[in-house]
Amino acid sequence: MQLSGAEIFVESLKREGVKIIFGLPGGVVLKIFDVLHQQKDIQLILTRHEQGAGHMAEGYAKATGRPGVALITSGPGMTNVITALADAYMDSVPIVCFSGQVPTALIGNDAFQEADNVGLSRPCTKYNFLVKDVNDLAQTIKEAFYIASTGRPGPVLVDIPKDVSMNKTSFKYPDSVYIRGYNPTYEGSKWKIKQAAEAIMKSRRPILYVGGGVIFSGASEELRELAEMSHIPVDMTLMALGAFPGDHPLSLGMLGMHGTYAANMAIHYSDLVIAVGARFDDRVTGKVSEFCPHAKIIHIDIDPTSIRKNIHVDIPIVGDCKRVLRELNNVLRTTVNGDQKELRKPWWDQINAWKAEHPLRYEQPADGRIKPQYLIDRLYHLTKDRDPIVATDVGQHQMWTAQFFKLTSPRTWLTSGGLGTMGFGFPAALGAQAAFRNRLVLCIAGDGSIQMNSQELATAVVEKLPVKVFIISNQFHGMVRQWQDLFYEGRYAASYLHQFPDFVKLAEAYGAVGLRIQTPNEVDDGIREALSIDRPVFVDVPVDQFENCYPMIPAGGCNHEMLLQDPPELRERQAVGLKSQQEGKDRILTA
Amino acid sequence: MEHIISVTLENKSGALSRVAGLFSGRGFNIESLSVAPTLDPSMSMMTLVTSGDDRIIEQILKQLNKVIDVIKVVDLNESDFVERETALIKVHTKPEDRAEALRIADIFRANVVDSSPTSYTIEVTGDVKKVEAIIQLLQPLGIKELVRTGRIAIAREPVRAASSHARPVAKAT
Repeated sequence: MQLSGAEIFVESLKREGVKIIFGLPGGVVLKIFDVLHQQKDIQLILTRHEQGAGHMAEGYAKATGRPGVALITSGPGMTNVITALADAYMDSVPIVCFSGQVPTALIGNDAFQEADNVGLSRPCTKYNFLVKDVNDLAQTIKEAFYIASTGRPGPVLVDIPKDVSMNKTSFKYPDSVYIRGYNPTYEGSKWKIKQAAEAIMKSRRPILYVGGGVIFSGASEELRELAEMSHIPVDMTLMALGAFPGDHPLSLGMLGMHGTYAANMAIHYSDLVIAVGARFDDRVTGKVSEFCPHAKIIHIDIDPTSIRKNIHVDIPIVGDCKRVLRELNNVLRTTVNGDQKELRKPWWDQINAWKAEHPLRYEQPADGRIKPQYLIDRLYHLTKDRDPIVATDVGQHQMWTAQFFKLTSPRTWLTSGGLGTMGFGFPAALGAQAAFRNRLVLCIAGDGSIQMNSQELATAVVEKLPVKVFIISNQFHGMVRQWQDLFYEGRYAASYLHQFPDFVKLAEAYGAVGLRIQTPNEVDDGIREALSIDRPVFVDVPVDQFENCYPMIPAGGCNHEMLLQDPPELRERQAVGLKSQQEGKDRILTA
Repeated sequence: MEHIISVTLENKSGALSRVAGLFSGRGFNIESLSVAPTLDPSMSMMTLVTSGDDRIIEQILKQLNKVIDVIKVVDLNESDFVERETALIKVHTKPEDRAEALRIADIFRANVVDSSPTSYTIEVTGDVKKVEAIIQLLQPLGIKELVRTGRIAIAREPVRAASSHARPVAKAT
C-alpha cells in the first residue's frame, strides 16, 4: 500500500511510541497536521509559540525519560524553536524536532518562509537531517529517535520539505539502525574502574560530584549504594537535583556559584573527586587553576569530549554512568569494610562543622515583606509529600529553589542549566503535566522570566494542564540587579521592570486563575488555595525586592571563597538606586 | 605544535560543514584542509592541519570523533607519514625573465603546464617547505596568481584508529 510522506510520518511516530506532539502549523507542514488531525493515537498539543513547543518537548522528555517531539513550520517557525534546541543541546535533553521546509524544487530560492533549517540548527543539535526523498523518510525518523535517545542524549532536527510530505511510497518501518560513525561507549574500562575503586578505598576526604548524567542514565540507585557503602558525601550540580535525595544525610546539596557552603568547602578540600555525569562547568569550578587543589579526579562520563575539557582528570572512565557505577559497586562491595567509616571520621566531622557554621538561611520578619526563600521553603514543605515535579526559569528564584526545594526523586526537576534560558520553566512544566496529567506540577518563575513565554497560558487553559505557577515578583531582573549591586556599584542599568503586568489579571484574561499572596501570614493559605484548584493558576507573590542570593562565588572566584551575605552598606545604596529608577532619572546624573 | 589529522567522513552534503563548523564554533585553528572521495565513494578523506597544545589536540580529536558523520580519525603525528601539496603558480615573465623562470622550475622538478607570451604556469608538488621555497624564488619575477591544494598526507605504515597520546579514544556519543 502506498502512503504519503505525512502518513509515513504519523505511522513512524506511532512505532516509536510517541503519544504527544507539541506543535504549531504553517503552510508547508499542513499535510502532516492534516493527517494528525484524522487519527487518535497521537495527541497534538497546539502551542502559542514555537519556542513553547520546543520547551514543552524538553519538559516532557526530562520528566518521562522518553524523547519529546515538536512539530513546527519552516522559516520563522524554525528560528523560533532554535532557543529550545540550543537549550536541549546544552542540557542533553532528548527531543526530536520536525520542521517543515519549502518544496525541494524551491530550496535555495529564497522562497516564502524559507530558512536553511539544517544550517541554522547545525551547531545546536546533536544531529540533523534534510529529507529529500520520501523513500528515506521512515529510515530517517528511526535514526533521529535513535540518535536523540542513545549515548549522550540530545536534540535532533528532521527537516521535511512539503513535497516529501505529499509524495507517496510504500511504508516499511526499519527494525534496527546502524550508523557507522556513531557507536557510543556504554561499558567502562574494567581496569580503570578497578583503579577508581582503589583510589576510593584509600581516600580520606572523598567527595561525589554528580551531574545530570546520573538522571539520564537512571543511575540514582547505584549512586546511592556507592555513597552509602563508602560514606562519601554527595555534591550535586544544578542539573543533578533529584538524582540523590536532597534530604539524605550524605547530601550536601548543590555546589557551585550559589551552592551551599558545605558543598563548596568540601569539594575544595577533598582529596578525591568522583565526578559522575558532570562536565566541570565554569559555574561549578570557579577559577579552574585553583579548583580542588588537593584532589585526584575520577571522571565518569559517556561523552569522551567532556573528559579533560576543562580540568585535568587522573582516572577517566568513558561509559554509561549506571553501568560504570554498578561495576564500581561490584568491585567495592567485595573490598570495602568498616575501615572506611573510621578513616573518614575526621572528614565528616569537618563537613558537619561546615554545615553547622553556614547553613542555608534567611530571616522572615513576621510583618515585613515576604522573603522569596520563605515562599519557596513553605511551598516545599506543603507539597513534598506529593512528590511534585518542579520547573523553574532562570535567575535568583531558580537558585533559591535549587537551595530550598529538596527534591528526593529523579526526573522531578525541570530547569535550564547550560544555556540559562529565561522563559523555559512554564512551557517545560506544561510539557511534564501533559505527560503526567494526575501529578502535581509546580513552576517557580520570576516576574521577568515568566513574561518570556506567558502566551502559553492559552495552551494551559485550552489543554486543561493545571500547572501551578508561583511568580516571585521583585520588579527586577533580580540576578542582574544582584550583580549590579555587587559589581557595578548599584547602577541598575535596564534591570528595573516596574510593576507590570498585573499577573492576576493576565491569568484571568487567558481564562486561568490568578491569585496574589501579599503578606507572610497569607503564604500557607495562599499556597493551599492554589493547590486546591484543578486549573492552571498564576500566583503572584510580591517579595522583598532587594533580597540577594547567597552563598555566592563571584565569577572566576575560587570555591572556598564565598560571599555569604550582603556587604553592610548595600541596603542604603539599593534604596537610592530604586528611587532614581522610579523617578525615571539616570542614576549617574542624580548621584 | 602542528598536527596533521586524517579524517574519514561520510561523503554527503553537510558533512564538511559539520567539521568546519566544529572548528569555528570551538575556536580551533584550521591551517589547511583538503577533501576528496575515497576508493569507496560513500566516504571522503579529509586531511586537516591544525595546531595547539596537547590538551587542545586531545579535544580536537575527541570532538572530531563525536561528529556523527565522522567515521575515523587518525592523528598522523603519532607515526611517520608522507605529506604533499601541489601549487599552480602563474608567473609574470618579461622576455628576459623567461629563462630564469624555467631554471627555477627545473631546480624544483616543477612542470610548466601552460605558457603565454607574458606568463608561465608552473606546477610544483612537494612538502610545504619545497612549495614555499619555489614561491619565494619566483616572487621577484612577479606572481600573478597562486593556487594551492592544501596539504594531504598518508601514514607510512598501517595505523590504528583514532587515538591521542598513544591512548585509544572511544568513539564518541
